[in-house]
Amino acid sequence: MGLDVSMAVCYALPVLVSLLVVRFAYVKYCSGHPHLKLPASAAGMRCLIVLGSGGHTAEMVNVVSTLQKDRYTPRYYVAALTDNMSLQKARVYELSLVQREVDKEKAIENAQFVQIYRSREVGQSYFTSIATTLLATLHTMWIIIRIRPQVILCNGPGTCIPLCVSSFVLKVLGLGWSSIFYIESIARVKKLSLSGLMLYKLRIADQFFVQWPQLQKKYPRACYAGRLM
Amino acid sequence: MGDRDRRTVFVTVGTTCFDALVKAVDSPQVKEALLQKGYTDLVIQMGRGTYIPSKVSGDGTLQVDYFTFSPSIADYIRDASLVISHAGSGSIFETLRHSKPLIVVVNEDLMDNHQSELADELAEMKHLFCARPLTLAETIWEMDVETLTPYVPGDAKPVVSLINKFLGFPDD
Repeated sequence: MGLDVSMAVCYALPVLVSLLVVRFAYVKYCSGHPHLKLPASAAGMRCLIVLGSGGHTAEMVNVVSTLQKDRYTPRYYVAALTDNMSLQKARVYELSLVQREVDKEKAIENAQFVQIYRSREVGQSYFTSIATTLLATLHTMWIIIRIRPQVILCNGPGTCIPLCVSSFVLKVLGLGWSSIFYIESIARVKKLSLSGLMLYKLRIADQFFVQWPQLQKKYPRACYAGRLM
Repeated sequence: MGDRDRRTVFVTVGTTCFDALVKAVDSPQVKEALLQKGYTDLVIQMGRGTYIPSKVSGDGTLQVDYFTFSPSIADYIRDASLVISHAGSGSIFETLRHSKPLIVVVNEDLMDNHQSELADELAEMKHLFCARPLTLAETIWEMDVETLTPYVPGDAKPVVSLINKFLGFPDD
């Protein structure tokens, strides 16, 4: 009996690993390629919008205000737990939309606000960071599994890395599909931010925008389509 | 002297702590430079800083006032004739949107000082002046606000239209 089980594991494990590898390659191939057919859900796509202090939120609100709201709905705004300004700004914006809607209750449901644990606060020791990073990763995973976003929009705050990686893992496991759009912050003129560099190198972002032409020259896979601010 | 003749300089550090800038604008050299350039009032938003500038009122000198935070920073910017700001992109673009002359002072104490990238680039494009706390007085003396060119605000439409295209939505 014990032999049978170990035999089964011996056979199953390589199969499972190669399946995952094939799936990983497939997801890698599909990421960055435009969708050929219209999105299945005509009602709108679940959209995750990552906010952050230090100018990130202002840029994201500029993007969201330009989006066709019926296509990108419901919208889930995410910000770090310690950042109380960003979600407030998004709330003010969404409220301004509600004022214009006839069906106010539905309009309110269209926007959700989520707070997320940060891996590491400024000045936190490296030892306690291990525990908080683990907690933050699990929390992020849970948020991604719960929301299963179809579109992720972000522009560089540290919180976007675990969110994007989690959703990529979900893609590989076949539990959901999201298109990740990364727009590097306008403050980055000569070099990418650490978040930007990671998403660029790992090719996790489906489309990668920069806001300065000289930055596009350094990172040829990026796309320059003007400034947001 | 009526309110119309007042020319206010608004100093803002956003939500940061930037005592070096507050100290710089509180120095006699900077105040003298501002007075010589025809400014009458100095309003300092000092954020989380601990350095308290000296409040001054009276004739013939620069009137100085300060506060820590305000929800209506935009109003102060609108009423100012010159803005001296930290290098945060929020304050920079808010000021440029109001077409106000701007001196950005880069905080050299920050570890990862990527913010000077933006200020330097916009200074090169003649949208603002860029300074360090120690060179602020000199910058004020030498600046000519007439040489600045207006900043044309960016537009998210091209980015959004590419996102739409990627997702298979028709372009409109």
